[in-house]
Amino acid sequence: MNIHEYQGKQLLRQYGVAVSKGIVAFSPEEAVKAAKELGSSVIVVKAQIHAGGRGKAGGVKIAKNLDEVREYAKELLGKVLVTHQTGPEGKEVKRLLIEEGSDIKKEYYVGLVLDRATSRVTLMGSEEGGMDVEEVAANTPEKIFYEEIDPVAGLTGFQARRMAFNMNIPAKLVNKAAKFMLGLYQVYIEKDASIVEINPLVVTTDDNVLALDAKFNFDGNALYRHNDIIEMRDYDEEDPKEIEASKYDLSYISLDGNIGCMVNGAGLAMATMDTISYYGGSPANFLDVGGGATAEKVTEAFKIILSDSNVKGIFVNIFGGIMKCDVIAEGVIIAAKEVGLTVPLVVRLEGTNVDLGKKLLNESGLNIIAADSMADGAQKIVKLVG
Amino acid sequence: MGVYINKDTKVIVQGITGSTALFHTKQMLEYGTKIVAGVTPGKGGTEVEGVPVFNTVQDAVKETGANVSVIYVPAPFAADAIMEAVDADLDMTICITEHIPVLDMVKVKRYMEGKKTRLVGPNCPGVITADECKIGIMPGYIHTKGHVGVVSRSGTLTYEAVHQLTQAGIGQTTAVGIGGDPVNGTNFIDALSAFNEDEETYAVVMIGEIGGTAEEEAAAWIKANMTKPVIGFIGGQTAPEGKRMGHAGAIISGGQGTAEGKIKAMEAAGMKVAATPSVIGDTLIEAIKEAGLYDACKTH
Repeated sequence: MNIHEYQGKQLLRQYGVAVSKGIVAFSPEEAVKAAKELGSSVIVVKAQIHAGGRGKAGGVKIAKNLDEVREYAKELLGKVLVTHQTGPEGKEVKRLLIEEGSDIKKEYYVGLVLDRATSRVTLMGSEEGGMDVEEVAANTPEKIFYEEIDPVAGLTGFQARRMAFNMNIPAKLVNKAAKFMLGLYQVYIEKDASIVEINPLVVTTDDNVLALDAKFNFDGNALYRHNDIIEMRDYDEEDPKEIEASKYDLSYISLDGNIGCMVNGAGLAMATMDTISYYGGSPANFLDVGGGATAEKVTEAFKIILSDSNVKGIFVNIFGGIMKCDVIAEGVIIAAKEVGLTVPLVVRLEGTNVDLGKKLLNESGLNIIAADSMADGAQKIVKLVG
Repeated sequence: MGVYINKDTKVIVQGITGSTALFHTKQMLEYGTKIVAGVTPGKGGTEVEGVPVFNTVQDAVKETGANVSVIYVPAPFAADAIMEAVDADLDMTICITEHIPVLDMVKVKRYMEGKKTRLVGPNCPGVITADECKIGIMPGYIHTKGHVGVVSRSGTLTYEAVHQLTQAGIGQTTAVGIGGDPVNGTNFIDALSAFNEDEETYAVVMIGEIGGTAEEEAAAWIKANMTKPVIGFIGGQTAPEGKRMGHAGAIISGGQGTAEGKIKAMEAAGMKVAATPSVIGDTLIEAIKEAGLYDACKTH
């Protein structure tokens, strides 16, 4: 789960990590009020969307007075920002962060992320801040430093200082930078983050070490123990179909194609998308109904697939292991009748009680095309969709 | 024979009184798995499906001599259950539970350092040695005893591969589901090296997916060490970057963990790679024919 920059900065403040003063605003009036309250001569108006690259896309404005604050707030609210992370459709700005300006001396990068190879959290840092860290990693990998963190000891003082020295942070500010990193690690661990990126971390002319931006991503599996993080969820930033799916414990991801897929198991679901593409088709979604799919879940899955107007056909691919094929078949029949299926439906069933499942589908009176294998089903649906 | 588990394996079911665990305990008993104990704190002294229940793994081991456990405990308590199995010095613990917080697993991995217990999973279908011992949630009937090992990050895709092998008359030794999480126990290299040493295993099917670099590392290991044919498949070839495909580990980020890179690494290691999941069985048959092992692998 992602949160907004201003929410990330709230969290950092709670942990004593230095950030600029700022206030969230939902309207130009609120923006002006916030700017007045900050009382700074330079005010930064920042669009709040769940995507990076906002600066380049014109989502960050520097205002010299309250009129400019109002003007920029009007301009940005309701604007659709297109950045390299939003996709071509972009994202509408509905919230602004009104922040006091900082006199920046130099920009750096720090981040915390899980290293799968070591199964440990790793602190990353670089003096090449303010730009895409993946570009830095590709072009000048020697400029990125890493500290592997022992989960028992946590990030240690010496590791944080070593990182600050490696990043060429001025010697007199190394302790401030180290304190910053230790606080950052505390947030990461206590809130079950999966990624924290501060890009840029800045050193100001008045010798402060501040987070100018804050990107947080949290482990969805740990949200049950963080009600404060759940409250920060912004449904406007998520695909409505994905939200609906998550209510029924379905794993659904929207894609650009026209063949709706319903599969059990994440691996098989990905493989089904691959197979459809292999035969020249294009999947409209990834949908894993999970191992314990009931008729109700299957019905909801169907509704979600069909709510996508791009869908011109559906391919159901089920390998019933412990889950029985006749139960799935029943679910498909109920769902197809309930939602009034108007597009071709190809069903491939395999596994426990497969014959009974196929019999139910055949006798249902519905126009369901049976497939003998994943490849057979994929070819049939691709042909039907044209 | 086969790897990790066999007809002599004595199994504890952790969380045995939960509904999922009960269902699968029945299935495992029907398959012939020797389930000697269950553990549910507070339910010690009772019995389910004829299996005695204990309060702690330690008690269960002491009373029954069990050497492997399987975990069906809900996600918030699953990391603790793994550590309890490790503390009891079991040979292996297989964690079926999905949705365990990643930082819990980071702690578990640290806890396991220097201990003897092997972890399989979490978020996996389990391990099965055909006709001998089934531990997990996979459908038993699709497996046939034979000479091909299977190791996979995905559950249902493993069933797909095993089913194809069985239909083609190619039996299996053991199928190991290592799970789809970013932090897990047994990895591809562990399982491959076990298959490499297993006399009954003549060839291996390795099923990976997008995300991380485990497949690339396994391919390099295969090139340097593997004496038996290994064929591969990578799921998620058409998955877009930045979208997490169900499994916590299945995501392409920063151009890392792409199917293309993994397939390239596998081919560079001399492996045949199935273009679609439907030809995993055919690809394996092609490889064992080339190696002159087809007749030996064919189930008579």
